[in-house]
Amino acid sequence: MNTDIDRGKLFGRRVVVVGAMKAALMSTLIGRLYFLQVVEADRYRMLSEKNRISTRLLPPARGMIVDRFGVPMAVNTQNFQLLVVSEQMNDLDNTLDALSNIIPLTDHDRQRIHRDIERHRSFVPVTVRENLSWEDMARIQVNAPDLPGVIIEEGLTRNYPLKELGAHILGYVSSVTEADLNGDPLLESPGFRIGKAGIERIHDLALRGKSGNVWSEVNSVGRVMQEIKREDGQAGAEVKLTLDIRLQQFAATRLGEESAAAVVVDIHSGEVVLMASTPSFDPNAFAKGLTSSEWHDLISNPRSPLTNKVIAGQYAPGSTFKMMVALAAQESGAMTPEQRVFCSGSLALGNMRFHCWKKGGHGSVDMVQAHMHSCDVYFYEVARRTGIDRIAEMARRFGLGTRTGLELPGERTGLMPDREWKRATLHDSWHPGETLVAGIGQGFMLATPLQLAVMTARIANGEFKVMPRLTKALIVDGPQSKEANAVAVSPLTPLGVAKNHLEVVRQGMYSVSNVQGGTAYAARLDFNGMMLCGKTGSAQVRRISVRERETGVKKNDDLPWEQRDNALFVAFAPSDKPRYAIAVVVEHGGSGAKAAAPIGRDIMREVLRLDPTRDPSMTQTSETDVTGDGG
Amino acid sequence: MTPQEPISLNVNRSVMPFREKLWHISWSFVVLLCLLGAIGVATLYSAANGHLEPWATRHFTRFLVALAVMLAVAMVDVRVWMRYAYVAYAITLVLLVAVEIRGSIGMGAQRWIDLGFIQLQPSEMMKIALVMALARYFHGSTLEEVGHPTYLILPAALVLLPAVLVLKQPDLGTAMMLLMSSAALFFLAGVRLWKFGIIGAAGLSAIPVAWRFLKDYQRNRVLTFMNPETDPLGAGYHILQSKIALGSGGILGKGFMQGTQSHLNFLPEKQTDFIFTMLAEELGMVGGVTLIALYALVIIYGYAMAMRSRNHFGRLTGMGITTTFFLYVFINIAMVMGLIPVVGVPLPLISYGGTAMLTLMFGFGLLLSVYVHRDIQIGRRGAYGNI
Repeated sequence: MNTDIDRGKLFGRRVVVVGAMKAALMSTLIGRLYFLQVVEADRYRMLSEKNRISTRLLPPARGMIVDRFGVPMAVNTQNFQLLVVSEQMNDLDNTLDALSNIIPLTDHDRQRIHRDIERHRSFVPVTVRENLSWEDMARIQVNAPDLPGVIIEEGLTRNYPLKELGAHILGYVSSVTEADLNGDPLLESPGFRIGKAGIERIHDLALRGKSGNVWSEVNSVGRVMQEIKREDGQAGAEVKLTLDIRLQQFAATRLGEESAAAVVVDIHSGEVVLMASTPSFDPNAFAKGLTSSEWHDLISNPRSPLTNKVIAGQYAPGSTFKMMVALAAQESGAMTPEQRVFCSGSLALGNMRFHCWKKGGHGSVDMVQAHMHSCDVYFYEVARRTGIDRIAEMARRFGLGTRTGLELPGERTGLMPDREWKRATLHDSWHPGETLVAGIGQGFMLATPLQLAVMTARIANGEFKVMPRLTKALIVDGPQSKEANAVAVSPLTPLGVAKNHLEVVRQGMYSVSNVQGGTAYAARLDFNGMMLCGKTGSAQVRRISVRERETGVKKNDDLPWEQRDNALFVAFAPSDKPRYAIAVVVEHGGSGAKAAAPIGRDIMREVLRLDPTRDPSMTQTSETDVTGDGG
Repeated sequence: MTPQEPISLNVNRSVMPFREKLWHISWSFVVLLCLLGAIGVATLYSAANGHLEPWATRHFTRFLVALAVMLAVAMVDVRVWMRYAYVAYAITLVLLVAVEIRGSIGMGAQRWIDLGFIQLQPSEMMKIALVMALARYFHGSTLEEVGHPTYLILPAALVLLPAVLVLKQPDLGTAMMLLMSSAALFFLAGVRLWKFGIIGAAGLSAIPVAWRFLKDYQRNRVLTFMNPETDPLGAGYHILQSKIALGSGGILGKGFMQGTQSHLNFLPEKQTDFIFTMLAEELGMVGGVTLIALYALVIIYGYAMAMRSRNHFGRLTGMGITTTFFLYVFINIAMVMGLIPVVGVPLPLISYGGTAMLTLMFGFGLLLSVYVHRDIQIGRRGAYGNI
């Protein structure tokens, strides 16, 4: 059959065509395979690695903060957390019911747990409770077989074992906020805390340490299949402070309920061995979380427990400022130490009358006597002769009016007014009367207790501008040994004040405390023959009205607490070979001689009693020897 | 290619003895299929992270059952298959309509009929039944008849009816395979090229209309195929992960059972549609090309066996079956390599799944039947006499 043959021939030809098409398509597959597996292989290999390798950070343990002898002030404590893993449980509610027989769970807790579980993948542990007690933990462990999916994990939380002592200095740690993020993945790891105030904040980077990494193989839903590599991090450095915890303890007790600040500075090294601000607070409460009423109590307390008064409290220095006036007067030649001024109890300037604190007046006084009795009229007159700008210039050399540069956040500048300042900020010219008021450390003038301590340290030192500091060393725990990096101290600049001028002032301060009739004679110190040189101050915090002026100024005891004078006291000791400078401010304590000087004396006695154990040459030897000497 | 056969003494004999039929089976072809089945078992063993359960063992038993079905089908005279070609087509079409109606009544989108021991998928069966029906139709046609457009209306209807039903299910992959294998048969039957041109043009112009009828997920598949990297976690995820797995395999692969992408579950459906990806990730380009070569060998066998047939029905059926097989292979591999959209076509003899395997092995049974009965001549109106 012809047609069949034709059909057969056509079929044969078309089979070849169809076959060729299939061959071409198959070749396409092989070509594509070549493209993917040879040409693009490297790219896809990289993508594949990125797919399966997950990097997890190992957050380093935060470094400790210790005092100058290594007594721990901020540590990490083990914290046992109760966690549940939803995929390992048969039924969440049954498990939680069983758990609530051991540890009470509120409905609120339960809601949070349910919410957390819904938010995370089923194998991610969800926190039920932190800070488990030993008893709770033991009971959970015993019941473990009945509690599938319940695990206890060990974590670290920041703890301040000394509680209120040093809370203002240490600061606290807290969760990372959006603003803190800087691209460091460590900051994004869950539960990570960073320093938010105080030393915790200033030395945060050193305390943090370096994070380690774990590389694990994960599957498509992120579950870890196996660990591939681990790189341990570097624990945070230990921060050694210059503080002496024994002094902190003593000062806290001595200051008691007062709203007060006390600070002691080594006049040679600038090391702050004591920094106390009362009342204080327990920083551990912040770590646990405060109730709103506790928080309200803290911030509405008129004695402001959250403020570090040593660096952030600004007070009129009152009579503690008089040394600056005396020095400026000597340097300018406006007054020699021997020149006398007659104090009748008041001084008239124009139609204004300026009173001395002593109604009847001191009679004729020289510079040393003026210090000793804290004669206001003498210093009105000296200030008037010297002029405000010279006084301000001298005061700045002693650190007033600027931050001391101590490594703590929140330090305030105080205020040292002069003509230029008044013109710039108040747009007014300086009145002569304001110079007189400045002469006794009142008016616009403000200083922090730390500034007053630094001022006193510089008077005692006489040679250099002593700079206060809190950090003794950063100690990095290396693989072999501990490596201590003493904090670099920048060279001190000379004070530039004549020695004999300073000597007069020091003589005045000696008389204050050691000559009968001196304002702080009642609070004198004689510890194994070591005396202190001090200066009291009582600074008004209220304006005295005209009517009151006529009827007589009210006594402090008759005024409400918040209107009483601030009591101040500055001193250095020992008198013959100065080593420490102290400043004490008791808010609304009344008279500096009565309220502040005894505290300053007691603290200084303790400072001197413990001094041999703090001596750099002595700290090399073992501590037991040292205590024997000191006791 | 085919083994040298002894010249048959009974050229036009109606009935062949059973033993002679067995003798005529291309056993080398059967061995080739067994080799592919074994590769399937090994790959599924790896897919289950080195376990025989849940896939490898069942794949093995299914293959044995399908092998028995294939040999049984091969033993049946090709004229019987030709006689019942339309009947088989009609029954399959009814089943297809049945699942469609059941689906629309609201029993869910079930595409199969559960027979207890096996789930019959009418759309799969149609791949073979349509080949048989078209081969039957064109067996009796002369070239002149094929030249008349009106003569093509009936076979076109035979194709479009199931194609539309399958598309409605919706099963884009099967519909494509039905259309393409039919096109091959039309072409082999002698339909003029320009007619394909017209149909092709009509098809292209229908795309905007068809787009409106596609389900959202089908549209997404097409769109992500166009640009998979834009949505790496959404719809483009499968294609992208498949390409990463393939590409990272390189020339020699990561080693048997060492495929990270597949074993860490980045690769979806690694035991079914994406099994080629896993194989090529673990065995590399060497493994992938070897598998493609084995498939090519199956196709060459198919061609050789079809061309040896002395009846037109046999030749058309053989070519149709081989083309269907080719389409499985090509669509699956092209899809996992990102050459065409993901349409859900398994890799023959290797992917886990019973129906596709049974369909294919039934088809290979027909192919072998064509080969075993290659010397039987069937008249243009034949297949009605005694067999």
